[in-house]
Amino acid sequence: MTAQVITVTSGKGGVGKTTAVANLATALAMDGKRVVCIDGDIGLRNLDVVMGLENRIVYDIVDVIEGRCKLKQAMIRDKKYPELYMIPAAQTRDKNAVSPSDMVRICNDLKPDSDFVIIDSPAGIERGFRNAIAAADRVLVVTNPEVSAVRDADRVVGILEAEEKGNPSLILNRLNPTLVRNNDMLSAEDVLDLLGIQLIGIVPEDENVIIGSNKGAPVVTDAKSRAGQAFRNISKRLQGQDVPFMDLDSQSGLWSAIQRITGRK
Amino acid sequence: MEQVTSIVQIKGIRDGLLATFSDAAWEDQHLALITTINEKPAFFQGARLAIDVGNQVLKVNDLVELRDQLSERNVALWAVISESPTTEQTSQLLGLATRISKPRPEEQRQFTDTISSEDTALFIYKTIRSGTRIEYPGNVVIVGDVNPGAEVIAEGNVVVWGRVRGVIHAGVKGNRNAFICALDLSANQLRIADEVSAMLKPQKDPQPEIATINEEGKLQAELWNIG
Repeated sequence: MTAQVITVTSGKGGVGKTTAVANLATALAMDGKRVVCIDGDIGLRNLDVVMGLENRIVYDIVDVIEGRCKLKQAMIRDKKYPELYMIPAAQTRDKNAVSPSDMVRICNDLKPDSDFVIIDSPAGIERGFRNAIAAADRVLVVTNPEVSAVRDADRVVGILEAEEKGNPSLILNRLNPTLVRNNDMLSAEDVLDLLGIQLIGIVPEDENVIIGSNKGAPVVTDAKSRAGQAFRNISKRLQGQDVPFMDLDSQSGLWSAIQRITGRK
Repeated sequence: MEQVTSIVQIKGIRDGLLATFSDAAWEDQHLALITTINEKPAFFQGARLAIDVGNQVLKVNDLVELRDQLSERNVALWAVISESPTTEQTSQLLGLATRISKPRPEEQRQFTDTISSEDTALFIYKTIRSGTRIEYPGNVVIVGDVNPGAEVIAEGNVVVWGRVRGVIHAGVKGNRNAFICALDLSANQLRIADEVSAMLKPQKDPQPEIATINEEGKLQAELWNIG
C-alpha cells in the first residue's frame, strides 16, 4: 500500500489552499483513511492554526530535513482522528531551507504507512511552490471566481503542464450563487471555459468556513454546512468515487455545462 | 579541471553569469557545469545564470532537472539561449527567458510587401496560458486559446484557432502587412508592427475576425468574410 501525494496550490494567496488542505485531510480521515498533511509554507505557517494543533508543535519539517529529529517526531496527531497527522512548517526559517529533493524524500518515507499525503503549497510560483509540487502525484488547483485568482491559476496550470505533472484538477472555492445569478461574479462555467481543466468540486461561500478555521475545527466536521458537504464530496472523488455535483440552486444550465466541460476530457 | 573548462565556459555578463556549452553530449556538459559550481560554491552563491546551449535539442525534463539542481546550489537559472526552436519553446514554456540583452549579431530583416511562399510557421497545439510568452521569427499558428496574461510575438502573421484574450503582436520587426486572425478576437491588446489596437470588446456570439492595418494606417479588426 502506497500513498497518493496530492499538492494543493493556487498561485494567488488567500483563495483557500490551507482551508482546502485542512478540510480534505479531515474528510479523508473521517472516511478511515490514513492521512498526513504537510505545511509547505515555510516562514508563514498556518495549517497548524486552521487544524487547531498549534500548541502541540515541537519539531517542524526543517528539523526533519536538517536531522534534528526523526520524521515521526514531527508528525502531530490530530485531536479527533488518530489516523490524521500534520507536519508543520518552520516559522522562523525561509523557503530556501527546503529543496525539491527534500520534499520527495520525505514523501517517499511517508508513503508506505499512509493512504494520502496532502501538501499545502505557499502562494506564488517561486521556490516554495517548486518544493510543494516536486513530489506530487496529483495536483489540485484552488481558485476563486475572481479574474485575478483565475489568471494566477491559469499561470500555475501552464507551469504544471510544462513540468509534465499530469492534468491538475480544479477546486472552485467561495462561489456565491446569488452574485453569479445577478451577473456580479464569474460563473463556474466562465472559469472552466478559461482554464479548460477538470473540475473536482465547487465550494459555496459559507461563513462557517471562517468560524471553523478560527476555532481550529475544519468545517467538514459540521454536518449541516454546505461548504463542509462540498469538501466531503471532493474527498470522495479523491478516493475514486463518482459523486454528483451539489445543486447550488443557481443559474439553470450550469450543471449540464459543467458535465459537458468535464466530460470533454 | 582543464577538461571541465573546455566543455563549459562561464563568463560574467551584465545580467549575471553566462555559461556557454560546446557541442558535447548534454549529460557531460550538465555534469561539467554542476561540477564547476560544486568546486566554487562561494563564487556561484546567489548567482543568476543564463546558459547558451547552441544547437542542442533539450526536453522539458533536461531543463527542469538542471534548474532544480542549480536551485539546490542557490543558483537561479533565468535564461536559455538556443538556436533550436524546440529548445527555445521548451524554455519559454518553463518561463525562462530566451533572449538576453547581449545584442545578437542578426540584422533587422527587410520585409517585402508580400509574405513569400517559403515562409514557415510555428504550430502550437495547446492553449497558451497566462505567463507564457511565445516569440518566433516567422508565422505562428495556435490551435487552442490564448488566455489573458499570455503573449504571442511573431515577426509574421498570427492565426489562432480558438479564443484570443491575451496580447498578440504580429509583424514585430515592422511588417505592416502582417495580420492576426482568430475564431474569437476579444483580445486585451493587439499590435501589428508599431500600431496598437484599442481594447476589443468581448462579443456575445463570437465570429471569426481578422485584424490588419487599413489604408488610413489604423489597426482594425473586421469580421472574416467567407466567400
